[in-house]
Amino acid sequence: MSSIITSRIRQRQIYQMIASGKRLDGRGLTEYRPIKVEMGIIERAEGSARVLLGKTEVIAGVKVELGEPFPDRPSEGSFTVNSEFMPLASPEFEPGPPDENAIELARVVDRGIRESHAIDLEKLCLIPGKKVYVLFIDIYALNHDGNLIDASALAALAALMNTKLPVYVAEGGEIKKTSEYMPLPIKNYPVTVTFANIGDKMVVDPWLEEEEVMSARLTVAVDKDDKICALQKGGGGALTPQQILEAVQIAREKAKELRRLVVGNLG
Amino acid sequence: MSGKVKLINENGLRIDGRRPNELRPIKIEVGVLSNADGSAYIEQGKSKTLAAVYGPRELHPRHLALSDRAILRCRYHMATFSVEERKPPAPTRREIELSKVIREALEPAVFLEKFPRTSIDIFIEVLQADGGTRCIGTTAAALALADAGIPMRDLVAACAVGKVDGVLVLDLNDIEDKEGEADMPVAYMPSLGQISLLQMNGTLTYEEFNQALNLALEGCKQIYKLQKEALKAKYVAIKEEVETCLQS
Repeated sequence: MSSIITSRIRQRQIYQMIASGKRLDGRGLTEYRPIKVEMGIIERAEGSARVLLGKTEVIAGVKVELGEPFPDRPSEGSFTVNSEFMPLASPEFEPGPPDENAIELARVVDRGIRESHAIDLEKLCLIPGKKVYVLFIDIYALNHDGNLIDASALAALAALMNTKLPVYVAEGGEIKKTSEYMPLPIKNYPVTVTFANIGDKMVVDPWLEEEEVMSARLTVAVDKDDKICALQKGGGGALTPQQILEAVQIAREKAKELRRLVVGNLG
Repeated sequence: MSGKVKLINENGLRIDGRRPNELRPIKIEVGVLSNADGSAYIEQGKSKTLAAVYGPRELHPRHLALSDRAILRCRYHMATFSVEERKPPAPTRREIELSKVIREALEPAVFLEKFPRTSIDIFIEVLQADGGTRCIGTTAAALALADAGIPMRDLVAACAVGKVDGVLVLDLNDIEDKEGEADMPVAYMPSLGQISLLQMNGTLTYEEFNQALNLALEGCKQIYKLQKEALKAKYVAIKEEVETCLQS
């Protein structure tokens, strides 16, 4: 993702370890780093969450506004996902509008949420064709140590599950905000599982140095019904059909683990 | 989502009369722009896309140059009039993402290490969009690279599969893309047996995904054949031109 230079000798070490089924940080090939999910960390946001994935740290916030629905979806609320790689997160990140990596990340996270129908958008309509809830899901990378995609998707889901919608009442054609809140209606729990292809082995949850030496990346989003709801290959390399099929199988198992972290947190 | 429009009729045919595993009619031309080092034009159904390659050439700004290989740059752009409602000319987030994934789809095919410190620039212009433009753009760009004489490991052929009305179908058009349940663009290097672009929107079970992937690869192989024919056709045309010149 960035161009932090990994020395040749380090590269070779990573390749050799992975070829023998091990990784430099002691993990197995399909093992995640320790994950910590905290919800409701920003009181001003309607929903928020922080995810620590090893040393990678990401924060997601949800802001809710009222707006007009899209003309082709008059009775549905809407949402957008944005992400920014803050300069404080890595020496490689610079201030400015989101670059292609940040845009790709936001769009992959968006796809997982949208295609799995995670948010019950039909319940976010106040006056059909006129007033609906509009959700802004903003993701900030705070510390980049690899695999920002999975951390971000998890943070976005956790923030949504934590989101409280202000209740509005219609009075004589006008809409008034009440002091009450209701939970955001959520129908699905998509999570992403990202792989790096290193020396023809697919490793789960690549950390920064592995991302530097990988040839290609594959992200698989899986919903609560074990269906695949988004895919994205990244990186300048290629994958065999066999590698992809195997990765998708592993992703289905790993997704359950990740989902438990967030859904379990709710109780 | 679906249900409003019937996308598969009682005979199992699609909205434009195709069978589920059938590609749209494809017309490919190579070497269509005289200024570019390489170019290609593809019409696939109603989608019309142009690709041009400049390079290897000196890279500006210089500090982007890599000492051991060329950098590949790609711009996927849709013309304002290519879609129903005028698209503002500035690149959208979608176009920025697609530029990235198309570049990454082509990168593994190009011997970048042969041209250190240079850039190879790919420009894809969608003139009319009717679904599948990132795939058509990738297919055209691979041809433009080959037409520019840039050494490649393989051509890259791309094709989308999707699910409409519960049926897996090849090479989605715009309505199928918008109304269908899933859309999965795939780029493939058939001689290497490697996939260099894979995206998916929608929901598929693992079984469906497995079938969809195989269907996509079949589509890519058909397109690969057409790509090679189009490249050959350009040189046959040149040969004929030279021969008529010599005769007169």
